[in-house]
Amino acid sequence: MKQEYIITVFSENHIGLLSRITIIFTRRKINIDSLTVSESAIAGIFKFTIVINETADRIQKVVGQLEKVVDVLKVFANTNDEMIYQEIALYKVSTEFLFESDKVEKIVRNSGARILELTREYVVIEKTGHSDETQHLFDELNVFGVTQFIRSGRVALTRSTIERLSEFLRERDALLEQVD
Amino acid sequence: MATQRISGSEAVIKSLLEEGVDTIFGYPGGAIMPIYDALYDYDQQVTHYLTRHEQGAIHAAEGYAKVTGKVGVCFATSGPGATNLITGLADALIDSIPLVCITGQVASPLLGTDAFQESDVMGITMPVTKWNYQITSADEIPEAIAKAFHIAHTGRPGPVLIDIAKDAQFGQFDFEYKKCTKIRSYLPEHPVDPFQVKAAADLINNAKKPIVLFGHGVILAHAEDEFKEFLEKTGIPAAWTLLGLSALPSNHPLNVGMLGMHGNYGPNIKTNEADVVISIGMRFDDRVTGKVAAYARQAKIVHLEIDPAEINKIIKADAPVLGNAKKSLRMLIDNVNPNTHTAWLEEFHVCDKIEYDKVISHDVYPKKIGLTMGEVVRIASEKTNNDAILVTDVGQQQMIASRYFKFNQSRSNVTSGGLGTMGYGLPAAMGAKIGRPNREVFAMVGDGGFQMTIQELGTISQYEIGVKVIVLNNNFLGMVRQWQQLFFEKRYSFTEMKNPDFVGIAKAYGLASQKVTSRDQLEGAIQEMIDHKGPYVLEVVVEQEDNVFPMIPTGASISDIILEP
Ligand SMILES: Cc1ncc(C[n+]2csc(CCOP(=O)(O)OP(=O)(O)O)c2C)c(N)n1
Ligand SMILES: [Mg+2]
Repeated sequence: MKQEYIITVFSENHIGLLSRITIIFTRRKINIDSLTVSESAIAGIFKFTIVINETADRIQKVVGQLEKVVDVLKVFANTNDEMIYQEIALYKVSTEFLFESDKVEKIVRNSGARILELTREYVVIEKTGHSDETQHLFDELNVFGVTQFIRSGRVALTRSTIERLSEFLRERDALLEQVD
Repeated sequence: MATQRISGSEAVIKSLLEEGVDTIFGYPGGAIMPIYDALYDYDQQVTHYLTRHEQGAIHAAEGYAKVTGKVGVCFATSGPGATNLITGLADALIDSIPLVCITGQVASPLLGTDAFQESDVMGITMPVTKWNYQITSADEIPEAIAKAFHIAHTGRPGPVLIDIAKDAQFGQFDFEYKKCTKIRSYLPEHPVDPFQVKAAADLINNAKKPIVLFGHGVILAHAEDEFKEFLEKTGIPAAWTLLGLSALPSNHPLNVGMLGMHGNYGPNIKTNEADVVISIGMRFDDRVTGKVAAYARQAKIVHLEIDPAEINKIIKADAPVLGNAKKSLRMLIDNVNPNTHTAWLEEFHVCDKIEYDKVISHDVYPKKIGLTMGEVVRIASEKTNNDAILVTDVGQQQMIASRYFKFNQSRSNVTSGGLGTMGYGLPAAMGAKIGRPNREVFAMVGDGGFQMTIQELGTISQYEIGVKVIVLNNNFLGMVRQWQQLFFEKRYSFTEMKNPDFVGIAKAYGLASQKVTSRDQLEGAIQEMIDHKGPYVLEVVVEQEDNVFPMIPTGASISDIILEP
């Protein structure tokens, strides 16, 4: 059965690595729902957070292929409930709706969103949450008309205290010592 | 070590020398000219072979790597030179062949501008290399090349490509070379876990009907001795994949033959009767497993494998042993009990007899008038006392040669397995002969595959590479024709060929050559070819519509292997 997975790829910061990673999905005709690249808590090590909808079996195989990439250190695959995750969404709505009634303001306040910028013509609203939540706000605001919308890639952390990779790096050093 | 100020181009050559390279296959062009110019001064230390096509260069490097165990090296220029390497890269990746390919590239300010002969070599080669890297500054050269060699030949080997911009080839810098031994993000192999070995040994020790399936991994790990010791201690029958061929002598009493689509009857059906399947350095390719859902369901699976991504990829392992086959086998030998499986082995012999009567005898000692590929292979093998290196192309001739050629020594079978690359045979045989000049090297090619890289006869002629080419000419793309006959109602859609006069072509290249059309000429002609010093092209006209049997039709279970149409 397919379900949403968060794949975290820890890698060296090398040119071309993004392509090396994405072609592994392309080759198996797997769509990437969201992708975020950022530095990790460990200096010099980058983290790709990839969201895909797949079966456990295919996920396992993709993880194996990803870990084969020479510049990739380690790959984790988690289901949503194993991680703390958020996406950020921005919405642009015409300012007139804000003044016509208090409806827009109420929607913003009830959804825990905030107003980022307010001009004569438009208002930019920001909301952080899971995609169903940011989508829900979109649907509510779109009654008035959302003129621009963007949702970021997912950012996600585990529930453990440290970066999972720290432990891995220690083990890796020991393993590299053992192999002649 | 003292540093020296030299050009990037010279640094490329010096780096290769540091890695012990003495043989390069390649083809020059604008963007790699500085490197070729540097090479000119090193003709005492390295021999460069100018092939007739970059595909020839990379397949030659593959053949060289396979027989020597060293890293194959090839050069090509930018744009079309680099794109001509793609088939060879894909071939080497899927068959785990260590290669370092160096391509010239336009000067770095021109990258991405559609400059003359600029192509996105990094992008194009990414899916077909184990690692690739682009150099835009001379001082990156030693480190990148050191890394390339480390990555190419350690762990599960594979092809690596280094793309060097022309300005980096011209740049001057202080050269210093340090071999690469460690990369943080790259663990070539896992240390073998004694608990995994123990679990595997328990299954093996309790097995009543075990079978070993061995592949390329045994050869790549230089584990032939350990492998034999393991077999002899446990008494387990062992069957090979196409790339495992020659790792165990053909006449070894525990060698029960070839697996897969055109493999032997016994090992195929017995895989589905075994209680424990021990696979060593093989990856359960679909040509081996047939229908996966009906493959070895009854058996417990032990899987010795270096690449973690292969474990559980196709067949779930009950006892995986991750690591280098040589080390895993060493530990396994200490944990298994001495045993024999005489009655079980006898069951294989019964199968052999059935297959011999129904298939093999007709192939290798035919009674019909037309020549068969099988008899040619048998005679070539016999006349060289099973000591030759066999290089095959792809198709019927590949399957027949793999089935009937016999081997005493490892690293003696060179073929394109995973990719099935027609045109591989002739250039790979050149590389094999260059790597092992004192051994007899046969290139067994079909009339179709021969013509895909036939221009390499020019290379063979120029450098007098003593390859013995046997063209098994059935005037058909035989393997495809066989499928058309069996599965497409004999609708021979574009598989018949009007062939040139192969002997005439060989002679035009200045090579000795002969054509054989009847049985009474065959032995003599093969002997003449073997006795001839230097390269030789022997065309043997064989039956047009012979088929390769046994056969597991696509999608069928290995138990449903058919012995005759
Ligand atoms: C480059 C390439 N193109 C197409 C094929 C598909 N193919 C596999 S076997 C074969 C026929 C080979 O004919 P030939 O070389 O005459 O060998 P034969 O089977 O007759 O021995 C073909 C076309 C292939 N394997 N490689
Ligand atoms: Mg043919």
